Amino acid sequence: MPGILKYIALDILKNKIVIAYTIMLALFSWSAFGLEDNASKGALTVLNIVLLTVPLVSVLFTTIYVYNSNEFIELLVSHPVKRSMIWKSLFAGLSASLVLAYLLGAGIPLVLFTDPGTAAVMLISGSFLSVIFAALAFLAAVLTRDKAKGIGVSIMLWLYFALLFDGLVLFLFFQFSDYPVEKLVVMLSALSPIDLSRILVLLHLDVSAMMGYTGAIFKTYFGSAWGLLMSFCLLLLWIWIPFSLSLRKFIKKDL
Amino acid sequence: MSAPGSTTTKMIMGIIIDTIGRFLVLLPATLLFFSKPAGSTTIRVAPAGHQASISAALAACKDGDTIIVSKGLYKEGNLVIDKSVCLLGEGMPVIDGENKFEVLSVKKSDVTVRGLRIQNSGRSAMSDPGGIKIYDSARVTVEGNELVDNFFGIYIQYGTDCIVRNNLVKASQKEEHQSGNGIHCWKSANLQISGNRISGHRDGIYFEFVTHSVIWRNISENNLRYGLHFMFSNDDSYITNYFRNNGAGVAVMFTKKVVMMNNTFEENWGDSAYGLLLKEISDCFLSGNTFTRNTTGIFFDGSNRITMERNTLKSNGWAMRLQANCMDNKIRRNNFTGNTFDVGTNGFLTLNEFTENYWDKYEGYDLDKDGVGDVPYHPLSLYSIIVEKNPPAMLLFRSFMINLLDKSEKLLPSLTPDNFIDRRPLTKPVRL
Repeated sequence: MPGILKYIALDILKNKIVIAYTIMLALFSWSAFGLEDNASKGALTVLNIVLLTVPLVSVLFTTIYVYNSNEFIELLVSHPVKRSMIWKSLFAGLSASLVLAYLLGAGIPLVLFTDPGTAAVMLISGSFLSVIFAALAFLAAVLTRDKAKGIGVSIMLWLYFALLFDGLVLFLFFQFSDYPVEKLVVMLSALSPIDLSRILVLLHLDVSAMMGYTGAIFKTYFGSAWGLLMSFCLLLLWIWIPFSLSLRKFIKKDL
Repeated sequence: MSAPGSTTTKMIMGIIIDTIGRFLVLLPATLLFFSKPAGSTTIRVAPAGHQASISAALAACKDGDTIIVSKGLYKEGNLVIDKSVCLLGEGMPVIDGENKFEVLSVKKSDVTVRGLRIQNSGRSAMSDPGGIKIYDSARVTVEGNELVDNFFGIYIQYGTDCIVRNNLVKASQKEEHQSGNGIHCWKSANLQISGNRISGHRDGIYFEFVTHSVIWRNISENNLRYGLHFMFSNDDSYITNYFRNNGAGVAVMFTKKVVMMNNTFEENWGDSAYGLLLKEISDCFLSGNTFTRNTTGIFFDGSNRITMERNTLKSNGWAMRLQANCMDNKIRRNNFTGNTFDVGTNGFLTLNEFTENYWDKYEGYDLDKDGVGDVPYHPLSLYSIIVEKNPPAMLLFRSFMINLLDKSEKLLPSLTPDNFIDRRPLTKPVRL
């Protein structure tokens, strides 16, 4: 495994897209902190970038990369290497390089400008998002042989989690506004990794608005050390479930 | 527009002058009192002296006398002051109510109580015992005392021209029903409440049917319910007080003509906690106040003809919530900075006027450089309306979807009331 991992990681790090992605993140973050007069506003701008671009780039880049390395995978399969090993190293290599790009691009300004707690939560949730969307991309890529279809599926996934999910939630709120749905809402937020990371970061940033009754419920669920642990476990589940599904599919797949 | 405006200003000036006038009138009254009438004596009470009990001294004295209580612990049940005397403590003597009695009952006018530590009054919802309770008296001064762990701290009923000054009032109950109010005033007039520090009571200062009174330079914090609570109390003013971290902030209810100036309202967190709650009040004047880090800075409910100017609203969840049942309020020259929502409301009817405020979220321009933005500002965001109707929607706070909705609503207002508008938003904060 280390051999394959090393090869893939080096291949991706040399990739111009990943370098461009790192530079873009760095530019956005530095300018966000440079333009806004206080650090917490800057952190909010960075949060918006993280919640939109990080999943998009992760999911698209990973899908395309997996399709492009189809021949390489076929070559490896013909060698005495376990299939699961190939898939795992591919995933590890891709996630590691995406996380590294995120940490280098957005991480440095975050650590420099915001307080340690906020920076830590943002770094961790951003890294989680990179890996989660890489896992989703693996699932999308393994589902279909057609490259265009696979990319389409991954774009749809991104669109769903970044935009449609919130719209659906809003719709549900209005449908069920006569019922006490606060606790249900907390469960709902676990159904989207982007929402989960957003709430985690916001609890560290914008306490004022999150207070109120709903805010108080969020705070009791997510604000405590136990809640923080729970939400990180949920994020881990978001990596594990799509990836293990894709792994099962890949092992049985007729290449 | 200008005619009703000038009447409000006149009325407000009237109230201010009235208050200051009362302050000045009361001063010589207290001075007069301290110059002893002829034939008055001084009685010393000391635990080891020949006069060892305060109750005996109170029985022996006559109007105009002074009783000096030396340092020590006195447990004498309920002490009733029914003569016009001056009860002074030397070295903070402690008078203990043993959790059974009302400690000091003042039942005569022209009494002064100063420099005592009064603690552990009884608790009863029937008789409302207090550390110091003033019954039907005038010109009573309570000054420089420490009131610790009493049911009610200082309780004034049917009092006039009384002064409560520089006292420390604190309690440590956890439940609202186990605790009385710090300074409780009922059916009184012309009171001065100044320089007190109140903490841990149910309401810090409570006014019911109290008129023509002033509350000045008090610190009221960590109380279980309200820092200051007004009910049916007209023509009062509270100036330069500091209210922090009270269960539900400050409430002014069912009242007319109250002046609120230069107060600070801070850190009132929770669903029904407000920096300042204005309910069913009218003809009031709010100026120079600072509202920071509250869930809701000011909440207007059924309140009319209030002038609110030159206030600072900073880092609140909602800087202000103006219910649709309010009318003719003027909100001008205030600074709104760093709030999550500047304004919230619950309906479409807007009968209030916003003008010349500074909004840090304003994105317009000022071509002629006169300091007033050329594009009107809509302080009400679509999302604040959604959250008002649907509190759990807070889950979507700062989601990309919501930002999109808000931006499109700003360009073409369709769901937010289009007359909820500041036509002359300032481009720089008002200098205060």
